Amino acid sequence: MAAPPRPESVALLEKLVAALSAKGILTEEEIAARQAITDRASPETGARMVAKAWTDPEYRALLLSNGTAAAEAMGVTMAGAPPLGVLEDTPTRHHLVVCTLCSCYPRAVLGYPPHWYKSAAYRARAVRDPRGVLAEWGTHLPDNVEIRVVDSTADYRWMVLPMRPAGTEGWSEERLASIVTRDCLVGVALPKVA
Amino acid sequence: MPDDTPATHAPATHDLGGSSHFRCTPIDPDDSPPDAFGRRVDAVRQLLAQKKMMTVDELRRGIESIPEEEYHALGYYERWLRSIAKLMIEKGVITAEELR
Amino acid sequence: MTAAIAPGTRVRVKDDWPEERGPCHIRTPHYVRGRTGTVERVLGAFPNPEDLAFGRPAPRCTLYHVRFDQQPLWNEGNPRDTVLIEIYEHWLEPVSEGRH
Repeated sequence: MAAPPRPESVALLEKLVAALSAKGILTEEEIAARQAITDRASPETGARMVAKAWTDPEYRALLLSNGTAAAEAMGVTMAGAPPLGVLEDTPTRHHLVVCTLCSCYPRAVLGYPPHWYKSAAYRARAVRDPRGVLAEWGTHLPDNVEIRVVDSTADYRWMVLPMRPAGTEGWSEERLASIVTRDCLVGVALPKVA
Repeated sequence: MPDDTPATHAPATHDLGGSSHFRCTPIDPDDSPPDAFGRRVDAVRQLLAQKKMMTVDELRRGIESIPEEEYHALGYYERWLRSIAKLMIEKGVITAEELR
Repeated sequence: MTAAIAPGTRVRVKDDWPEERGPCHIRTPHYVRGRTGTVERVLGAFPNPEDLAFGRPAPRCTLYHVRFDQQPLWNEGNPRDTVLIEIYEHWLEPVSEGRH
């Protein structure tokens, strides 16, 4: 589990907020409002985008050519957000997303990054030993599938478009979205038909 | 110059890709969202960026300047807070006194 | 406006280590410095984060998606696996076919 902040850090935060508030730079209302908006973002958005791409070839093409526009088409406000890139998995290529330098993550469509994504262990190992990392999630890909690790080093944020699994023929978009977990959108897991 | 020239440079603390220190470290599958402290720091950073008082690039630069031992000892959002505070002082928005 | 380097071009990442010369902010990971990869795609032009991080005027620089084979980077791993990294133009030198 992520360790709680030390008391000095909690105190520093409150002093910082107090100092900025006293100067009229921030208010508690603004902080609460911004936090509420951020809390609302979730991987369900990414899952819905994938489900739609699986069933709608035009949306799939949009998603792959302009992820930002595809997110906006789902009602996500992308103004001021980094551009979104979408990585297409194929039978011979699987993508895994990491940010080795910090923790860049497509927050607009996936919400907060999980603790493990930001950890030194993930950041260090994903680019060097992607198969070992996937194995920790119980995900195994055949040797003849290329694993392409995407290191988010600059302005883009990346999300995986997994392959649609067999056994989902005729499913509704809602049902399809339910098997696209956050882990599938980062690339550590594959969508599973229960 | 051949591609397999062995590296003789030590990467910066934050430049963790392939780091041998963590080669055998299992990944803690902690799935939790940030705690209340983290979410508050996150909101403060977003607001300061929105108000053009700092950029995400400056945030990262501040985090990258944290000495190695502290970098790994501090939690993720503690590093953010450390960087934000340093930037606000650097830019003269607040003084170090106000944070004591 | 056409980007200077076309997709498919082999490029070498400069074997430069600014972090050893003083405070800086670099988004080119250590593990590809001096390495050769292939431009996959032009991603667009963005203000240089190396300048943004210090509040300096930041010229727009072309950003490329560059693909590297895993095995030569680490001397281990599946020979099919690759890494794809966003790298700014000023870090890249096109490699002519005959040279290496």
